[in-house]
Amino acid sequence: MIMDQVSVFVENKPGALSEITAQLAEAGIDLKAFTVADTAEFGILRFLSDAPKKALALLKSGGWVASLTPVVAVKMEDKPGSLAKVLKLFADAAVQVEYMYAFVASEEGQAYVVFRVEDPDSATTLLESSGAVTVASLD
Amino acid sequence: MAYYQEEIETMSRDAMTALQSERLVKQVRHVYDNVEPYRKKMQDAGVEPGDIKGIEDLAKLPFTTKDDLKDAYPYGFLALPLKDCVRIQSTSGTTGKRVVAFYTQHDLDLWEDGCARAIVAAGGSDTDVCHVCYGYGLFTGGPGLNGGSHRVGCLTLPMSSGNTERQLTFMEDLEATIICCTPSYAAFLGESAHDAGITGKLKLKSGIFGAEAWSEEMRREIEKSLGLKAYDIYGLTEISGPGVSFECEEQTGMHVCEDHFYPEIIDPATGEQQAIGTKGELVFTCLTKQAFPLLRYRTRDITLLSRDACSCGRTLTKMKRLMGRTDDMLIIRGVNVFPSQIETVLVGQGYPANYLIIVDREHHTDTFEVQVEMSEDVFSDEVKVIEKKEAELLAALRSMLGISPKVTLVAPRTITRSEGKAVRVIDKRKI
Repeated sequence: MIMDQVSVFVENKPGALSEITAQLAEAGIDLKAFTVADTAEFGILRFLSDAPKKALALLKSGGWVASLTPVVAVKMEDKPGSLAKVLKLFADAAVQVEYMYAFVASEEGQAYVVFRVEDPDSATTLLESSGAVTVASLD
Repeated sequence: MAYYQEEIETMSRDAMTALQSERLVKQVRHVYDNVEPYRKKMQDAGVEPGDIKGIEDLAKLPFTTKDDLKDAYPYGFLALPLKDCVRIQSTSGTTGKRVVAFYTQHDLDLWEDGCARAIVAAGGSDTDVCHVCYGYGLFTGGPGLNGGSHRVGCLTLPMSSGNTERQLTFMEDLEATIICCTPSYAAFLGESAHDAGITGKLKLKSGIFGAEAWSEEMRREIEKSLGLKAYDIYGLTEISGPGVSFECEEQTGMHVCEDHFYPEIIDPATGEQQAIGTKGELVFTCLTKQAFPLLRYRTRDITLLSRDACSCGRTLTKMKRLMGRTDDMLIIRGVNVFPSQIETVLVGQGYPANYLIIVDREHHTDTFEVQVEMSEDVFSDEVKVIEKKEAELLAALRSMLGISPKVTLVAPRTITRSEGKAVRVIDKRKI
């Protein structure tokens, strides 16, 4: 399964993130997971939500530069070795991970890891054929 | 092919030279007799009115500079009694030196004729609705195009600048077909029309944009966003106002109304007159103006002239798009930098034409930063992709300018859009 991640350009200045999150909150958009990539000059906020297309449209109309990125979210047991197993699978199949982020699921003992890869379709096929669980939405 | 004043606009070179010569001889006498500071300049240079027998003698005359006008403020260059004058216009004072110009009715007529030529060259006729959102008042933009629009017989909307929402409402509801404003405001209107979702509803066919330097890339951007053909127009208060020169549908430069304003190119360093086709500082001589008739006025604008045949049929000499100004040229770490060069690179790489140059000095060394707005074209969810594009931009700027700026990506629309002349440069150096 492939999910739509919203990516937003964030200028390096106080209050930028707060403005974005306030706009999303006002529209009732629930952030499920997020990460911020930062450089010395700017940042990129990436997040998964219950309404990515709505979030994108909202941000664009608010003057932000934003885009949708297909990512693969894998549900795994929250225990040593789960992530290593998936990464080994990718390494063996020469799938390059551009970036990834993880968070604990609300379900006891479970975690999600979100992967950004060049070809999310074939990564999904690879994961599912090896028994891994990819999800279409996050609880 | 439509012209406003066909006989003049398509006159043979020989006839034009004869007309210019006859007018110059008369004008030099008028200025010598009535403008004391210029008479003194001629005397200092050892030139008498009788030495000027035709346009070929023009280079014998001394230049008039902005400093001359400043020193003689307000009446020094006035050539007629005030009772003969009917209008005053003034420069924006962008460079800190305000100039007050005087007009007789004859002077206003020839100025408005220039604007009318521009509107007709942009496809305008009495069936058009002409939306003028240059500022009205002391600034020549609004009054000039307003007058030209009346002469052509367009239905004229005297909008003046500001209140973008109202501009768009009128433009849409009254079905404006021609718009006149600064190019940076046109770009802003394009964005605003897009945001308001009315781009497809506008009936604009032509835009007449001037009063600031802009690039070919910015022209294409405006043409796309407003769905029109964009024509450049040039002018300055000291000489009259917009309409000193104007573009035709060929879009390869602006035809100079040389029956009234004789153009020359000089080497800004030596003052020497340059051949047609050589790049340098543009100088104008008013051949027919009565109240404020400047001779060999140095505009500080850099361009070149061309007399190549034009497909529009006009024989008027063309001046190329402005390539910068002798006074907005920045010297950074000893290198000459023109803001227009930076704009060309930015737009070519997919960035908006809105940018800010910040120059400062730290530890006796110039710092040079270019702030650029992030755009959809450049953005990616991956840092490395953005950084790669940033590096490409830096390389392109370095190759264009000869020095490397620091490039800072800022959020969209954070650099102020102007409704008048855009502020592109902040020079904090205290030298």
